[in-house]
Amino acid sequence: MKYALYTGCAAKGACPELYQSTMHVTKRLGIEVVEMLNASCCGAGVITEADPDLALAINARTFAQAEALGLNIMTICGTCQGVMGMANHRLKTEEGLLDRINLMLAPEGVKYNGRVEVKHLLWIIVGEIGVEALQRHVTRPLENLRIAPFYGCYILRPSKYLGFDDPENPVSLEKVISALSAHPVDYEGKTKCCGFPLVLEKELIAIGMVGANLKEAKDEGADALVTPCPLCHMNLDIYQERAGKKIGEKLALPIFHLPQLIGLAMGFTPKELGLPHHLVSTENVVEKIQLKV
Amino acid sequence: MRVTLHIQKFNPETDSKPHEEPYRLDIGRGTTVLEALMRLKNETDGTLTFRYACRSAICGSCAMEINGTEKLACMTQIRPELERHGEVRVGPLKNLPVIKDLVVGMQPFWEKVRSIRPWLDPLPHEQVDPIAMRNAYKAFNNVEACIMCGACVAACTVYEVSKGFAGPAALAKAWRFAADPREAAVAERLEGLQGDGGIWDCTRCNYCVEVCPKDVKPMEAIILLRRASIQSGLTQTMGSRHITSFVDIIRHEGRLNEGLMPMKVIGFRIKDFLRILPLGIKMFLKGKVPFPFKLKPAIPGIKQVRAIFEARSQEKRKKG
Repeated sequence: MKYALYTGCAAKGACPELYQSTMHVTKRLGIEVVEMLNASCCGAGVITEADPDLALAINARTFAQAEALGLNIMTICGTCQGVMGMANHRLKTEEGLLDRINLMLAPEGVKYNGRVEVKHLLWIIVGEIGVEALQRHVTRPLENLRIAPFYGCYILRPSKYLGFDDPENPVSLEKVISALSAHPVDYEGKTKCCGFPLVLEKELIAIGMVGANLKEAKDEGADALVTPCPLCHMNLDIYQERAGKKIGEKLALPIFHLPQLIGLAMGFTPKELGLPHHLVSTENVVEKIQLKV
Repeated sequence: MRVTLHIQKFNPETDSKPHEEPYRLDIGRGTTVLEALMRLKNETDGTLTFRYACRSAICGSCAMEINGTEKLACMTQIRPELERHGEVRVGPLKNLPVIKDLVVGMQPFWEKVRSIRPWLDPLPHEQVDPIAMRNAYKAFNNVEACIMCGACVAACTVYEVSKGFAGPAALAKAWRFAADPREAAVAERLEGLQGDGGIWDCTRCNYCVEVCPKDVKPMEAIILLRRASIQSGLTQTMGSRHITSFVDIIRHEGRLNEGLMPMKVIGFRIKDFLRILPLGIKMFLKGKVPFPFKLKPAIPGIKQVRAIFEARSQEKRKKG
């Protein structure tokens, strides 16, 4: 199994731990990856706000690069997946759109023919590798842990462009959590928004969302959260202390990137998985699975 | 087929808080939730309270929460719900005050809609562009299909934590009037939406798009309002700076510069700079802040990226 790895900006910037853990986990799972070093940002839905055609064009360029490699794209960010999945769907299905966007790529000799698929690591694990195969790689079962899934928005909605999980009743993160022998925690917030897009300009709203979702997960007995989106990770981890202060609660809920949680169950050390990069300490969880930092 | 509907009941005169009650009944292949509720009211429990009128997804009265998602009871069949969720739970819309059982008070909803002045401030007839009139329907982006059911407001993740937010329905309606070629006060309308509670409070979670029974796509309308605001020169809010800075950074570096972005968004607002500084320091100590002013910050393929930006602006200039 071979994929063109589209890391997105966060894994190369504020979330180096996502990149580190992805490399360890994909290797262990036997997924060969070719990193797309020339690829640009997907636009994160922000460039679309300014100019939808421009956002389509920079993504078409990325798709053309994977097409030239003869590979499909693996994303490791829920936001990238949503934005690129929607762009790809539109380019493939809307009449005349691909030709019009290709005109913008033509001066650089780039052309996208609409033959690439974009899939999140979570979908590849659940849909292609299979949770049974994942289970076979577990050397350190996370038996004592109650893990709350946090999907984030763009990996679920708008579902007509994505279509992996049922947006009303998603199960893929729960399947992974169970395969690692941990217990998935059910709570309403799992499909809600983390608030990240607002955090610079409307911090009170954004941390209100962080606080509400984390408190709910904690009240349901969660030891930690896992998310397939590094932007959710940033908001839930970096702003957790402020969110807790706002609602008068000590939250102290470690937030894991998807490959970090899988990596823990595969026996990688906290350092290999970049856990020391987190603002909210992961020590409690690491102790619970009896592992020295 | 015999099924159980778990329906949330609440009578403020006798109950301290809402509770769920199971109702069993026989249903046919296409029985909708609304048909089931009507039968239960007629045959089983006359106190069961819900709102409905047209029974055909036009009036918008029967929006409620079905298995955790906002839906019209009249266009939701029971069997697919059972197959999807393994059960059928029915409750009132979230984010609005419950009056009784499945009926919510729509007062806060109507106040928000009224606040955006949902009527035309018309130009004199001779000033209306006839060609724009012909294309107006397309410009509305389907917001005129809104039936004011409240599903989007109940699903809104921002409204849930910030009741000052105008919300998706009202803002979609605002676009309907801002996009109307007969409207005289477009600039005033856009200006009125820049403050707290306006268009920059949306987090783009896509919930309103997902639950809308009429494909109104309120979030897209909010994005159209944002774009129109920036194009009309309203570029000083942090929300609009977020967009323009982001585009700028990608044009120059190809990838987001997470060290530079907050500074560009916040600009010279000292209070906001001091607000984010402590977190910036903590992130730096944890190795999470890339240095904002690298000598060679751009990705290897930046030449192509810039060429695409250039091709796009040329295309825009041609169109005028």
